[in-house]
Amino acid sequence: MNVPAQLRFTAEHEWLDIEGDCATVGITAFAAEALGDVVYVDLPAVGSSVAAGEACGEIESTKSVSELYAPADGDVVEVNQAVVDDPGLLNLDPFGKGWLFRMRVANIPALHDAAAYKSLTGGE
Amino acid sequence: MNPSGHSWRRTPLHDVHAALGASFTGFAGWSMPVRYSSEIAEHKAVRSAAGLFDLCHMGELELTGREAGAALDFALVGRPSKLGVGRARYSMICAEDGGILDDLVVYRLAEERFLVVANAANVLVVRDALNERVSGFDAEVRDASDDWGLLAVQGPISAAIVSEVTDLDVSALRYYAIDEAVLAGAAVLLARTGYTGEDGFEVYCRPEDAETVWSALIEAGTQRGLVPAGLACRDTLRLEAGMPLYGQELSRQVTPFEAGLGRVVALDKDGGFVGDAALAARHNAGTRQTLVGLVSAGRRSPRAGYPVLDPSTGMRIGRVTSGAPSPTLGHPIAMAYVAVGRDEPGTRLAIDIRGAAEDVEVVALPFYRCSR
Repeated sequence: MNVPAQLRFTAEHEWLDIEGDCATVGITAFAAEALGDVVYVDLPAVGSSVAAGEACGEIESTKSVSELYAPADGDVVEVNQAVVDDPGLLNLDPFGKGWLFRMRVANIPALHDAAAYKSLTGGE
Repeated sequence: MNPSGHSWRRTPLHDVHAALGASFTGFAGWSMPVRYSSEIAEHKAVRSAAGLFDLCHMGELELTGREAGAALDFALVGRPSKLGVGRARYSMICAEDGGILDDLVVYRLAEERFLVVANAANVLVVRDALNERVSGFDAEVRDASDDWGLLAVQGPISAAIVSEVTDLDVSALRYYAIDEAVLAGAAVLLARTGYTGEDGFEVYCRPEDAETVWSALIEAGTQRGLVPAGLACRDTLRLEAGMPLYGQELSRQVTPFEAGLGRVVALDKDGGFVGDAALAARHNAGTRQTLVGLVSAGRRSPRAGYPVLDPSTGMRIGRVTSGAPSPTLGHPIAMAYVAVGRDEPGTRLAIDIRGAAEDVEVVALPFYRCSR
């Protein structure tokens, strides 16, 4: 499975693209594949504060629903309206156009790098 | 869970699915293709053209003997002895207390030969129950699950596809009929049955012929829009068609009457049948809960296990058994058991969706009916 090397990952299959104190957050291709066709994305409101590990949204597919966990402490500064309008973007381009939200992170938590995440998901 | 791992049984078509890039899921001990690319696309293909399913995990039990029909009348809730040769019937096998052990399709292949098709998860239960129940009859049960591969072609153009690769006059094969045929050189049983709410066929073949049959159907159908279809879309297709699934709508805890399938129970059979007293009592007393369809205008879908609520009091009056966003209808649909009295179409109810009450309305099943 293709895992972009510049990203960092949580055990809940979220990815973070960290630039300074700002992180773009999405879910991995592995997670999108496991969910199946995503039909509904519920994201945290812009301006809301989230805490690492806390449920801050939902991703619903035809088969199942799964919670979206905040990967770090911080404030949500932007959400991807395109993926709300067209949740299929999560399946088409989970590491790109399917990004979910941007947040200002209070501190950078311990995260997996691409190699560690790959081995976490069976090394495929 | 690693459904591609060694502890899961593989169908004869496993390598074909893997080559197509399928995702696999563990299902009733089998590693089965859950989707090849997009389950919504596969679902829509079955509604508009056709889909090809691997159902080799299903269980096949053969009953033979002079009293095979009478033995099945005693073992099941229906009356298979009245089936004509070459015809099929949906039926159930119940416990003494009326609880459903499995739902089945029964085919009469010859005067003294029946094929009983069981859900993969229930094959052993059904086999053991049949063995026990036929003991007083001149009939024999054989678990033939390893002798049969099963593929399904489902969708409005499936007749056109199947007729291209078989010698049989497909137009003469009626709904819920079965006949011997040669398909792509393989001897098969071709049945006009399915679990999607569309016209379609189920092909029973030797396991070693499964790949040949699969390839021939793909070759004949791809140009017309046939796609390989996985278990994920099979579930949303049957849900739209209002068809119950064992383990969801059907279980040991309910009788056919709660499930709205009282029509399959022949209470007036001569000689009785296993579960008859309990089922007659349930029929006469009436049920306290019944299976209904629910629709929602919202985006979040009810899911199996979610509580059904009275919208004014918040009191729990039922539970969801299956739910999903309907790919055909574009809104969430669900089946649920609700208290009798709250089951009339048009009744407003609510679902507790992870802590938030979502309004739903009771509708008559099925949600979707094909324009046959």
